[in-house]
Amino acid sequence: MPDNGASQAQPAATATTNGAAAETRRQRVRVLISALGMLPVLLILCIGFHFLSEGRFFTGQNLGIVLQQAAVNTVLAAGMTFVILTGGIDLSVGSILAASAMAGLTLSKLPELGMLWLPASLLTGLGFGIVNGALIALLRLPPFIVTLGSLTAVRGLARLLGADTTVFNPSIPYAFIGNGSLTLVPGVASIPWLSVIALLVILVSWLVLRRTVLGVHIYAVGGNESAARLAGIKVWAVLIFVYGISGLFAGLGGAMQAARLYAANGLQLGQSYELDAITAVILGGTSFVGGIGSIWGTLVGALIIAVLSNGLILVGVSDIWQYVIKGLVIIGAVALDRYRLQGSART
Amino acid sequence: MNDPILEMRGVSKSFFGIKALRAVDLTVYAGEVHALMGENGAGKSTLMKILSGAYRPDPGGEIRIEGHPVRIEGPLGGRNAGISIIYQELSLAPNLRVAENIYLGREISHSGMLARGEMRDGVGPILKRLGADFLPSTLVAHLSMGQRQLVEIARALHARSKILIMDEPTTALSAGESARLFALIRQLRAEGLAIIYISHRMDEVYALGDRVTVLRDGRLVGSLDKPEIRADTIVRLMVGRDVSSFYKKDHDPDAGRGHPVLAAIDMADGHRVKGCSLTVHASEVVGLAGLIGAGRTELAHLIIGAAPKTSGRLELEGQPVEIRSPGEALEAGIAYLTEDRKALGLFLDMSCLDNINLAVLGRDAKLGWFLDRDKARERADRAFAGLSIRAANVGVPAGGLSGGNQQKLLLSRLLAIAPRVLILDEPTRGVDVGAKSEIYSIIDNLAKAGTAILVISSDLPEIIGICDRVVVMRAGRIAGEVTRGANSPLTQEDIMALATGMEHLDA
Repeated sequence: MPDNGASQAQPAATATTNGAAAETRRQRVRVLISALGMLPVLLILCIGFHFLSEGRFFTGQNLGIVLQQAAVNTVLAAGMTFVILTGGIDLSVGSILAASAMAGLTLSKLPELGMLWLPASLLTGLGFGIVNGALIALLRLPPFIVTLGSLTAVRGLARLLGADTTVFNPSIPYAFIGNGSLTLVPGVASIPWLSVIALLVILVSWLVLRRTVLGVHIYAVGGNESAARLAGIKVWAVLIFVYGISGLFAGLGGAMQAARLYAANGLQLGQSYELDAITAVILGGTSFVGGIGSIWGTLVGALIIAVLSNGLILVGVSDIWQYVIKGLVIIGAVALDRYRLQGSART
Repeated sequence: MNDPILEMRGVSKSFFGIKALRAVDLTVYAGEVHALMGENGAGKSTLMKILSGAYRPDPGGEIRIEGHPVRIEGPLGGRNAGISIIYQELSLAPNLRVAENIYLGREISHSGMLARGEMRDGVGPILKRLGADFLPSTLVAHLSMGQRQLVEIARALHARSKILIMDEPTTALSAGESARLFALIRQLRAEGLAIIYISHRMDEVYALGDRVTVLRDGRLVGSLDKPEIRADTIVRLMVGRDVSSFYKKDHDPDAGRGHPVLAAIDMADGHRVKGCSLTVHASEVVGLAGLIGAGRTELAHLIIGAAPKTSGRLELEGQPVEIRSPGEALEAGIAYLTEDRKALGLFLDMSCLDNINLAVLGRDAKLGWFLDRDKARERADRAFAGLSIRAANVGVPAGGLSGGNQQKLLLSRLLAIAPRVLILDEPTRGVDVGAKSEIYSIIDNLAKAGTAILVISSDLPEIIGICDRVVVMRAGRIAGEVTRGANSPLTQEDIMALATGMEHLDA
């Protein structure tokens, strides 16, 4: 076996040892930069808004609102992270969220099956996601085209589900996940259930991406799809999985919205949510070409978006200007992505 | 000799305090082919980038062209100073036409309107002089690699370059295209151009080089004139020691023979492979030779299930096996080392550790899903030690390693599955001399341990040096087999005769 080759080993050129050490240091710094990524930006934004709003940002109540506002986007962005890591894109998550919420709410109104609305939402999302993945993996269609198509088609299905009306259910089961809070210290600290779910999603995503074989395969497919195929990885299965996960998380997002609002409208719910999710992923340092990125970055990215929205309102910036500023943030994020790629091994 | 066209005196370059080039003196004359050799990382590409203007040398050195000191700065610096570089990865725009590529960045226009006709007329004479068999209006995407190289050379001539630097120009060329390129290089030399020729391949350097300069660890360790150009002198300069047995072949094919491990029978894909059969025995190294385009890589892809076959079957240890994907091939114990490690082999952004363990992650996993990180780490450390892979640590991205170390990294991924059959496609392409000899001894040791090995290579001395038997392909079929007898060694002539179909003429 290869170990026998050791006897033939030649001494490394000593001159390059110093170079290698410096290279390692540079690489560590690079890893640190991409790991920390936008965290300093998030902190600066928080502190900046705190002062600009005369101390109204860092209050228990406001932080609770930020976390709650970030929750649904964090869940969508977690699914999006899986997809973008393989070099793909999922434009359909907003529509899938709407369809899942509609499916769940419609079911929740049936007296005998009401309790099943939550799994129904999740399965609706998973189903659409798997259809996306199958079209991309088995028919080899470009992800952008497939999910652009389902963005439109699933939106239509969402409207169909409620006969193009708003579906209400004031007594929806499990409503606590939308509006309740988990009490950490009675009377002092509590955290919205929506945020708890978002954090759990991040943790599970981290576990899958960093601690399982599947996770390495996802990075491998994003890094070099042909090499992954030759290395024996079932690329089609990986692709179906990531789009399935993205759909499942969109379904979860739909359930979260339904429980929070007690209502859903197939036309309006989740409009352009895919853009916020993509922005969060890119802000978090995940490369648009795939293969590089982390779920923690995505969490930071989602928080930046939530802090921006919240802070701009606190400071009193008009709704119109909020659009302009958020748009500029998206462009800035892609510029960062380009800059980051320059330092990577891919040249 | 006449006055030198290029003189470099004491040229150094450091990056963050690390010397990549130490006080190099290089003199090149007009009308000579000056071969530049050295292992990967010896400083060849740094030197080249200084001449092209991509890097600025450290202060203190001097570059003179035709006796005048020059400063080469910016991407156009080299071209303005009369130096053109033809890189390994050609830098043509495939979506544009030949003439547009040659004029790229210096287009002729009249009040903003592109003068296509004038540009085509402008490049016509140069293409004719180079013996091009395509038109100025041909789309570059339609050209072969050899023809594209011709376009690059035409571009250099068109810019009136006096010094042409070629970096491993034959890597992507077939034997016929290489021969044409050599003829062209000789013609350009006769016309008075200075050509700096960078190559790992000894035969090319013998054939073309008027002088050879060898770099090692950023230093110029020696220049040889034509009569001194011999394999042993060059190799000694490159590695700084004697390479007594460069090709290592200690394993005894007859000891383990008699027991065929892999038999491919009548494999065909209805296109490039037209019914090929071959057998590889345990402890045997079989060479698969042939010209580029003969279908060798395609046959390997059929064997491992990377491409669909229209006919044929496989037997492993005498048992029929059905292999439909590279994953199934790995499960059956057939590992394939791709010829294109960057595009088809490695994950350049991923760590060495992940690259090594990729094929066995599932087998090692805890509860079927979770990574066994200790095992992975151990395996990577063992591979680093066993194959002497040189990198700062197993955590660095594979993209940062040199070609030879990348190849060993990829090899160690295959060895992790302990294959019964190992198919190596151009195992030493773009690999420096030191790593080459290491790879040969790894192959030899695997054969000793009983592995059946099939080596696809265009490097005939390599095939002859390490193989027990050579199967030759021509135009999608097995043209014949050359075996090593007690008194009849394998010869390049026999292999080439089969590969080109000339054997009938000899008889």
